[in-house]
Amino acid sequence: MESKMIESSKKPNTETEEVKSTRLCRDFSLGVEFCHSQSPASPMSGNFLPPVQLTASGRPVLQRNEIECFYLSSVDLISEDEPTTIPFPNLKSGLLILTSHRLLWISDSSSSEITGAFAVPLAAISHIFSHKKSIKSMFASPRIRFQLSLTPDGRVSGHGLRSVVATIVLRGKGDCDAFLTKFWENWRARAWEDDGPAPGSSSGSGFSSNSGSAPASSGIYSSDGTVRMVGVAGILRKEQEMWESTDKSLQDAFQDLNALMSKAKEMVMLAEKMRQKLLSGSTSQTNASNDEEMGTKEEMQDWLLSVGIISPVTKESAGAMYHQQLSRQLADFVKVPLERAGGIVNLIDIYCLFNRARGTELISPDDLLQACSLWEKFDVPVVLRKFDSGVMVIQNKSHSDEEVFTKIKVLVMKPDTLRAGISASDAARTLGVAPAMAKEHLLSAESKGLLCRDISADGFRFYINLFTEIDRDDLHLVKDHGIYATWVRANHAPQ
Amino acid sequence: MQKLGEFKLPHFFNYPPYFTLQPVRDTREKQVQLWKDLILDYCRTQKVFVIGLEEEFPLFSNPIIGRSLTHEAREAFLSALVADGRAEWMDKGHRKCLILWHRIQEWAEILVQFARDNGLEDGVVTMEEIRFGTESQGTELQGIDQTILNRALKILEQKGKLVVFKGTSTDDEGVKFSL
Repeated sequence: MESKMIESSKKPNTETEEVKSTRLCRDFSLGVEFCHSQSPASPMSGNFLPPVQLTASGRPVLQRNEIECFYLSSVDLISEDEPTTIPFPNLKSGLLILTSHRLLWISDSSSSEITGAFAVPLAAISHIFSHKKSIKSMFASPRIRFQLSLTPDGRVSGHGLRSVVATIVLRGKGDCDAFLTKFWENWRARAWEDDGPAPGSSSGSGFSSNSGSAPASSGIYSSDGTVRMVGVAGILRKEQEMWESTDKSLQDAFQDLNALMSKAKEMVMLAEKMRQKLLSGSTSQTNASNDEEMGTKEEMQDWLLSVGIISPVTKESAGAMYHQQLSRQLADFVKVPLERAGGIVNLIDIYCLFNRARGTELISPDDLLQACSLWEKFDVPVVLRKFDSGVMVIQNKSHSDEEVFTKIKVLVMKPDTLRAGISASDAARTLGVAPAMAKEHLLSAESKGLLCRDISADGFRFYINLFTEIDRDDLHLVKDHGIYATWVRANHAPQ
Repeated sequence: MQKLGEFKLPHFFNYPPYFTLQPVRDTREKQVQLWKDLILDYCRTQKVFVIGLEEEFPLFSNPIIGRSLTHEAREAFLSALVADGRAEWMDKGHRKCLILWHRIQEWAEILVQFARDNGLEDGVVTMEEIRFGTESQGTELQGIDQTILNRALKILEQKGKLVVFKGTSTDDEGVKFSL
């Protein structure tokens, strides 16, 4: 059977639907494809897809609340299934319009074969296949496949038992991935369900078929007469599907890099929202935050951190889980080096040792610093300490400065050191620590007034502090007992 | 006991940290104090009126322990004296320092006492006589620095206690007391 030109579609859209549809019927001898027909159509007649009414200028007449979303030119809408009993039309080279409710195919005026406009109601789509890229697909025109459900007599319906796979072939320049995204979104959004209950089962303007053959896209009653759920249940369902859609969206984003790029904006907005939430949460609550919320917040921080975003809540909180774990690990690790080094180690040395031990997952100096500063929140036997000179060390909590000072005092009162003083390396030997650490100890002993420095060609040496022992009023006085006397004796003793 | 000429040096002169400028505040205070006292003591007994920072001042080095004060340290200690009013910088570059183990006012009083002791209340005496004359032998005025003497005389002149008059040459500069 041949198809006919659709002349009526070019007439002005002023008549009522009833009139329109009857006129349509009257204008065609075949007429079946565009009329209120309930009888099964012959294979090539094309009543398979409901028609679309066009305005005088060729624009499709949209249903109530229907919004146009995407345009693709030079599109074929075909079925690659075996053309047995399924009378899918061979729509070649038309304009494809994706709306919130339907997929509209409008033929180019220049194309032959089938002309006119047809619609695939989104409600009738049971599945949209994802676009798999392959070598073959790189050279061929992009194709998008979806599954349509059919009634037994071959009409497109939302609740049909049979199905056919249709293919959109993009022969034009359109962005396939963007279209697919939008197609998916619209299909998921199920905008046709939001439309208020329409009288009876007709589906709004522009459609000339009744419930029998047309899929119910906006009405309380579905095609088989049962009440479709709208209202609160519908809203809930919509919420549910939005979450599923976001979930799927996230999954897609992280699997397919191309899709990620297009979703990048969404991701950034999502991350920003989370960040705002974290920030607002931390400032509004002080100590009274409940555990659950804190837990979620920490999870969020972890998630953000794992994708490389630094949590905005750093100093206020106990720190992200990553730093906490690192902190504990570090505390365990430093035990051995500390022991070997006499209880005090330079932070830089620990940085080198730790990273060397880790092997691959190196930590940054910042991470190390953070981890150390967290120790004060845990019960670990090590502390980070900063000397006046700026040198940072890790030392045992049990390490006491007083002990060290006592040792130093004993050391500098020895006759040899009374005469010649001590250098950092001398102290290092006695204290059993690294020379740099020994120097820090000597410097802090100096700042306590225990020692005095002597800088000369002989180097940087320290002596016991005699200044406190010297009498201001009598410069020559040396009390019999005391450090001064000891020193004098030591210096006058025969070498 | 160590000696520097006739001067008896205290034990701590052999304490190496004494020659290193101490950073710790309390220690530094003590160190500065000791140096001030030592310098004044030394200058008084050795009749040193001027210290040149770049010159060899025996007090600033101890060859026995091989230590000597850095320029920074010298300036620090002398500045402390200046702050006490016990010394004055003679130039902007802080290269020369006038040591006043007696303040100028004290010197003025010594001059007055000198005049009284020698019956010079209305008398006339030359500068040279004040500095190197027989009357001043054994007194503190002996060998007094010219600059200091001039300053002291000026104060007294302003008070009307004497008049300085210039002779034909510097040697003839003299003082007429009118106490």
